[in-house]
Amino acid sequence: MRSIAVLMTGAVLAAATACGGVHSPGATVQGDHPRALRIGLAYDIGGRGDKSFNDAAADGLDDARRSLGLLQVQEVAAQPGEPESAKVNRLRLMAQAGYSPIIAVGYAYSDAVKEVAPKFPGTKFAIVDDSVASGPNVTNLLFAEEQGSFLVGAAAAMKSKTGDIGFVGGVESPLIKKFEAGYTQGVKYVNPRAKIEIAYLTKPPDLTGFDNAPKAQDAAQKMFAAGADVVYQAAGASGAGVFKAAKSAKGWAIGVDSDQARTADPSVRGLILTSMVKRVDVAVYDYIANLMDGTVKSGRAVYDLKLGGVDYSTTGGHIDDIQPRLEQLKQEIIIGKIRVSAG
Amino acid sequence: MSSFLDRVFGRVKLGGWLAVAAPLIAVVFAVLITSAVLLAAGKAPVEAFTTLADYGTQPRTMALILNTSIGYYISALAVAIGFRMNLFNIGVDGQYRLAAVVAAGLGGAAVLPGVLNIILVVVCAMVVGALWAAIAGVLKVRRGVSEVISTIMLNAIATGIGSWLVSNYFGVLTGNDLGTRPIPDDAHVPGIPLIAGTSQLVNGFLVLAVVLGIAYWVVLNRTRFGFDLRATGKSESAAVASGISVKKMVVATMIMSGAVAGLSGMPELLGQSYKYSNNFPTGLGFTGIAIALLGRNNPVGMAIGALLWGFLDSSSDALQLLDISKEIVSIMQGVIVLSVIVAYELVHRYRVVAEQRRVSRQLAAPSEPEGAAA
Repeated sequence: MRSIAVLMTGAVLAAATACGGVHSPGATVQGDHPRALRIGLAYDIGGRGDKSFNDAAADGLDDARRSLGLLQVQEVAAQPGEPESAKVNRLRLMAQAGYSPIIAVGYAYSDAVKEVAPKFPGTKFAIVDDSVASGPNVTNLLFAEEQGSFLVGAAAAMKSKTGDIGFVGGVESPLIKKFEAGYTQGVKYVNPRAKIEIAYLTKPPDLTGFDNAPKAQDAAQKMFAAGADVVYQAAGASGAGVFKAAKSAKGWAIGVDSDQARTADPSVRGLILTSMVKRVDVAVYDYIANLMDGTVKSGRAVYDLKLGGVDYSTTGGHIDDIQPRLEQLKQEIIIGKIRVSAG
Repeated sequence: MSSFLDRVFGRVKLGGWLAVAAPLIAVVFAVLITSAVLLAAGKAPVEAFTTLADYGTQPRTMALILNTSIGYYISALAVAIGFRMNLFNIGVDGQYRLAAVVAAGLGGAAVLPGVLNIILVVVCAMVVGALWAAIAGVLKVRRGVSEVISTIMLNAIATGIGSWLVSNYFGVLTGNDLGTRPIPDDAHVPGIPLIAGTSQLVNGFLVLAVVLGIAYWVVLNRTRFGFDLRATGKSESAAVASGISVKKMVVATMIMSGAVAGLSGMPELLGQSYKYSNNFPTGLGFTGIAIALLGRNNPVGMAIGALLWGFLDSSSDALQLLDISKEIVSIMQGVIVLSVIVAYELVHRYRVVAEQRRVSRQLAAPSEPEGAAA
């Protein structure tokens, strides 16, 4: 019976393999050649095209495909509201189909990686934003969000005329707390007497705070009305509300994750002072490149300022005057002269 | 003459070959429409269906399909209990989620050891689901509030209460995920090695699902309560005339429906995830509505519907490996429900027309000799 199962699995895999190369004609290179690397990417809900987190991972994959000459890439996205077993099965299916590495995008895959990785010791796994799943074949792609947030906090304090600065977090989760912690330290480093107003839209497991722009607008409006003139948002899709509030209050907003002075609604781009960019694409690209060199390590890989995993953006030229000072701070963090705590 | 709702809910039975024809026509419809969608998207339908068949017949996949279907089936039973007396319990979704949160919190606290903890969790889930559904029942009989409106609103409130409970009382943090404290190992419901050729166990709640399916049939068809329920569903005035208290029946039915709804989250909680977190499945209640329609409230029909649904859900990843978008699964599910409703309606109409022809032929037949004599 077991052998029949193996045969049938083989048949499906053969079918899957035959079509796995659709992206890249000529997928015939086999063997140890690094270009024969077959990469599986498991997205969280939304998948490629969400203009956010998943897309950042997709960018890294596309870069790798272009410049490293990868041949076989397979992307699979989650279904909304799916049970835990669906995530486990997704990773398993890719591992069985011979994909390695398998990159899981988002901490929702934590338990699934924990369960599947030990069963496929020959397969490499990477998981973004999760440090809990571990094993000899698991790499955790983490980010020093606090370091990037420190720099935009410093920029906010340098630009603020009122010495009153705001922070709007989407969901009061440990991840977003890291943004807050770094930001606060950055503000206080430049102006120890600055007043910082902090608001979170929801508490976990209610994740709607990442997708409630009106609520974010309301929170930011209150801050501007109370005298704040720069507000940093770490609130996903809710961030659009903070930008609107900044527009009507003629204040500054700070973007998050991507360079939002390029990606936000065109009408609000002019008032985005800077953005704290979190380069999921860099981490994904770097991981694949290291794997091809054979230098990839299991365990935590923290993408910080030094590795270009986090940074601040300069689009719009609003911070040209303070950029030398920010670069100075950035170097001091990189060499360890300034230590930014994660919370 | 039967109403459209009577036919949709399977209160009017089809006899003989017509009972077989309707589902067959539905399957053919669904395959044709899905093929058209696949062709429009530039994919080969044959390849897609072959993959689905190959994938669905692997032992491991079969076990996974069964596991997904168990929750769907219990949820469909909860919906069907209401349907049978014209009560639209749209709130199964909120009932099972709230029940799962409270039961997970209680189970994680490990007040009792082992099997006793399992029983406690299951009973707690039933009670919470029943009480939450009872609110809609009481509102209906006391204030005349439509249960459709009240249960939809209660769903939203259940979401809020659930996240409030987890963030303030039950929550523990692992990495970036907040969930209830995991239920200890001794209170996990063991899996059954039912399918040969795979190490994937079948969720132990399969047994409960089968028992519930049988109980559903027995209670509805062989008890006074079931008779009252069906009678009220068919004609409220006739029910009142035969001494049934419709108000009591509404509340009792909502309570039963809610208690079963509370159970539908248990296979996941006690057999798979052992905690309630951001990853707990959502939308089970709405899937249950579709499956109850698909199975026409018949316990066997709903079992087939739940398996079909589970199969389609699990095939999402296999299709994506073929570069076929996973949305095709939702399209197929929608098309199947519509096909079933349309096919049964067509067959019913055919039957009515055929009946009329037969009767008119019979009426016409004896008059012929007279006509001939004249």
